[in-house]
This record gives sequence, C-alpha cells and structure tokens, in this order.
Amino acid sequence: MSFSTLSPAKMSIHRHRKRVNVMALVLSLGAMSFGLFWLAWILFETFRLGLGGMALAVFTQMTPPPQAETGGLLNAIAGSMIMVSLATALGTPIGVMAGVYLAEYGQKTWLGQVTQFISDILLSAPSIVIGLFIYSVVVAQLRSYSAFAGILALALIVIPVVIRTTENMLSLIPNALREAAYALGTPKWKVISAVTLKAARAGVITGILLALARIAGETAPLLFTALSNQFWSTSLADPMASLPVTIFKFAMSPYENWRDLAWAGVLIITLGVLALNILARVLFRNKQ
Amino acid sequence: MAATFPAERPRAEEKMHSTASGGGPSQRTRRAPWADTAFSLLAHGAAWLTLALLAGIIVSLVIGAWPAIAEYGLSFLWRSEWDPVQNKYGGLVMIYGTLATSFIALLIAVPVSFGIALFLTELAPSWLRRPLGVAIELLAAVPSIVYGMWGLLVFGPILATYVQQPLQRLVGDTPVLGSLVSGAPVGIGILSAGIILAIMVIPFIASVMRDVFETTPALLKESAYGLGSTTWEVVWKVVLPYTKSGVIGAIMLGLGRALGETMAVTFVIGNFNQLNSLSLFEAANSITSALANEFAEASPGLHQASLIYLGLVLFFITFVVLVLSRFLLSRLKRNEGTRT
Repeated sequence: MSFSTLSPAKMSIHRHRKRVNVMALVLSLGAMSFGLFWLAWILFETFRLGLGGMALAVFTQMTPPPQAETGGLLNAIAGSMIMVSLATALGTPIGVMAGVYLAEYGQKTWLGQVTQFISDILLSAPSIVIGLFIYSVVVAQLRSYSAFAGILALALIVIPVVIRTTENMLSLIPNALREAAYALGTPKWKVISAVTLKAARAGVITGILLALARIAGETAPLLFTALSNQFWSTSLADPMASLPVTIFKFAMSPYENWRDLAWAGVLIITLGVLALNILARVLFRNKQ
Repeated sequence: MAATFPAERPRAEEKMHSTASGGGPSQRTRRAPWADTAFSLLAHGAAWLTLALLAGIIVSLVIGAWPAIAEYGLSFLWRSEWDPVQNKYGGLVMIYGTLATSFIALLIAVPVSFGIALFLTELAPSWLRRPLGVAIELLAAVPSIVYGMWGLLVFGPILATYVQQPLQRLVGDTPVLGSLVSGAPVGIGILSAGIILAIMVIPFIASVMRDVFETTPALLKESAYGLGSTTWEVVWKVVLPYTKSGVIGAIMLGLGRALGETMAVTFVIGNFNQLNSLSLFEAANSITSALANEFAEASPGLHQASLIYLGLVLFFITFVVLVLSRFLLSRLKRNEGTRT
C-alpha cells in the first residue's frame, strides 16, 4: 500500500475521513430505504384492505346507510367524475392561455413576472383556503351548497398546474421554429396556435393529466362547496357526492360496512391517480 | 449577449403588430387583425385573471373574517378559548397544532430527504436512479386522504401499542418527559399527525432537493474528487454550499405543504379544541382540521367568521413561507450562470 509511507498522524486523518464517508453513505442508503419502506407499506395496506372491501356492488350500487348489508360507491364515483372532468374543462383553457401569455407575450414585462410568481404561489396554496374562497363568493351568495361550487373550487386548483407546465413546455420550443413561421408572414396568433402550441402538445397534455390526477384526490376544497350527497344526483345546482369526501365521511365512522367501502374507495383513487401519473410520464417521454 | 438575441426577434415582431393594428397600413395585419388582437386579449385576460384570483382570495377572506377581526383584533392569535356554545373564540390551540405538527414533520423529513437526494445524485448506480426517482415522485402524487386513512386505521394503533405504551412505562413518572407521553393510547395526536405529515412531505422535499443538487456543475464536483475528496466531502463541502439557497427553498416548499395539508392531519389529530397538556399523544387540533370539521356546520356569524379568520391566518403563514421559498429557489437559478 502506498499509504504505508505516510506518517501515522496523516494515516489517522485519512482513516477518519474514510470512516465519516462510509457512515454518511450508509445513512443515505438508510434514508432511501426508509422512504421506500413507507411507500411499500402504504401501498400494501391500501391494496390489502381495499381488495377486501372491493366487490361488484361498489361500482353498481349507491352509498348505503350505516350497517346496511349491501351498498356501493356508484353515486360518489359518478360525482367525482362529473366534477373532475368539468373542472378540468373549465380550468384548462384559462391555464393554457395564461401559460401562453407567460411564454409568448409577457416574458420580460412586469405583468409576466408577477403572474408567474402568483401562479407559483397558487400552485402550493392550501387547498382548503380555495374552498373557503369559493364558499364566500359562491355558496354564501347563492345560499346553497352545489356541485357547481365544487367544480369552481377544483378548477382554481387546475389553473396554476396547467400554467406551470404550459409555460415550461412552450419555453422549450426553439426560437428558430417561431422565426421560420414569422418569416413566412404568419400572424402571431397563428404562430402560437399552429406552431409552438402544436410542437409543445405532448407537454401541455402531460400538464393537464397531472392536474387531473391532482384534483381527483382533493378532498378539502369540496368539503364546504359540493358538500356530499347520499343519493344519485347529476344536478349541478345541488350538493353532489364525491369519492374523497365520501371516503372521509365513511372512514371516520364507527360502522364496519362504511369503513370497508372507504378502503375500496381509497384503492380506486390511488390506482386512478397513479395511473394518470404514469400515463403522463410515458406520454411525455415518448414525445421528448 | 449573443444567446439572448434570437429571443428578442419575436418581440420586435410583436411591436410591429401592435402598432400596425392601431391603424398602420401593414398588409399582414390587414389580413387577420381581429384574430391577432383577440388572441392577445385572451392571453392577457388569462394572466390578469390569475392575479385577480389571488386578490379575490385575500379580499374575500378578510371580508368573511371581518366580524371576528372586529371583535378580537390580533388577540385572537393568543386566546386559547374556543367555545361555540358561549360564542367565544380564540385561535391559539389550532395555530399551535398547525405549527407543532409541521415542526415535527420537518424535523423528520429534512434529514431523510437530504439522505434520499444524496443517494439519488451521488450513490445510486445510474440504472437505478430513474426508477427510484420516479418511485419517490409517485409517492408525492398519492392523494393525502390515503395517508390520512392509513394513519388513522393502520399506523395510529401501531404507534400507540409499540411506542407510546413502552414510553409511558419507561418515563411516565418523570415530571417533564412523563407529561409529553401522557394520554389515552389510541394513536392520535400531535405526534402521529407530525409523522404522517413527514411521510407526506419527504418525497416532495427529496425530489426538489435532488433537482437542486443536480444543478451543481459537474466540473466543480470533478475538481473536488480530483483533489482526493470523499463522496461525503464533495456533497457537504461543494454541493451543499453551492446549492444552499435552493436547499432551503426546497425545505420551505415542504413546510408550506405541511402547513396547509388538511386530510392527512384531520384524520389523526383528534380534533380536540383544548390545550390541556403538552403531551404529544393527546388529541389536539390544527387550523386545517378545524376548518374541515366545523365549517360546514358552523352557524353564520361569529363562529363562521372566526373559522375564516383562522383560514386567513393560515393563508398568511403559508404565503410568507412560499414567497420565501420561491425567492430562494430563484436566487439559485440566477446564480447558476454566473458561478460556473
């Protein structure tokens, strides 16, 4: 060993540094396994208990009263789908247009910088506060809880997610593409809609899918906007059941049949959200 | 700078357009002036709408909370009484719960996330980096209600039987420590809420930290390795100082998330509006879970206004934290070019 020529003092420093290094790396490995351990445990329990509560009735029957023999989550699943899809349909155009503004119009203006900053803040603002906001401007004014209010609350969560990805994806488009289009005499709106947005399509769709995944599991903004509903309802003016709120209500209850349904619901939500996330990733990677 | 020059080109074009649509005789704008203006108006409108949203949230919260603000002023923040029957309200219990759970969450999450980020950037073999990174990011996407329900029905009982009861046997009679672990062994309270929050924010902080670590120029790291540094020395003395502001920004981002989290906390904190002891295992309350549990049933008037006041306090705290985190993260991005 070449180290044998070093003085004992230097050798001990060297050994100390090595020891510290090995210790740190072992701890880092430990942290990684710690993180994955929780992921595995949570997913395992969700599957175990979720499959236990799963039955065909979950998808075909309405939410039952406590201690009933049968019952499912049909109205909650349908309610979630209605509200999530309408909220995405409402929030996406606004988010995409604001993203277009940030990437194509306002990059160096004060409005652009302020909007970017604020959409970042809204992106991680507490979702329950969004619920409070919609409660005071919609529910309190109309004096009734409604699915419409829930849709608005969810749409407000969609907007910053879509802004963020749209802007990021548009700024990845090379300027040569824009210049080529301009050189052909294309007006700006056409350059954006037919060239840059089209080139960034996969990224923008990824953003929309991520927004979908985000609001599919949101409970807090629905608690006092859409409330919940024990019965089948497709009217936007009435309270509407949603999967997360139903899970919340059922899981906190002492009734066995409600808890089983809550676990089944949690499994459905987890699978749905993970599938949307994976789909978004695959789509984005293929287009890159 | 040559690199930014192409970016200026479309801007110049835009100016031509806007002056032309004001009446200039340009052929191009005559063909589709309304479409161009309409599109630009839509884009501007969407940007303004985002600004209006934030303003709307603040204004509506202040208006909604006004009866409580007028009644209590700032003393609301340190009054601990919350009594809907006698119509007296103070936010101390909830504010304490929110801060304490987030503090515990960060205490656990920061070192673990740092370890994960270190593993993902320096240690993991390259074929493992992507799948592990994706797994961590997926963990961040799991809805919080899943964590909450798991915490209440699976984790809580385990925490009570295997942690709280042994601790009570061990230090139950010591004055200060004993009061920290007192309470019925049901597995709900500040500590379990804090742990669930930690599990929730770990993937969040870890993935931002990893992105931040990856901004360190390879040249810097290679120079350190070339001088004989160990992996740990490279991370601790080169990567970390270089990415300092970004790392703090990532932690703040996680803190903002923990403060505003509703469902994961509501399930396990116990929703008890009194601060009787400092026990980590006693049922307590946080701002978000008070809102989730009471708001829909609150009578209009002072009760509702007080809850909205709590929401306003929460929004203010998270706003400050998020602004700080964005500021720190953007500072890293700005320095990126100059320091390499």
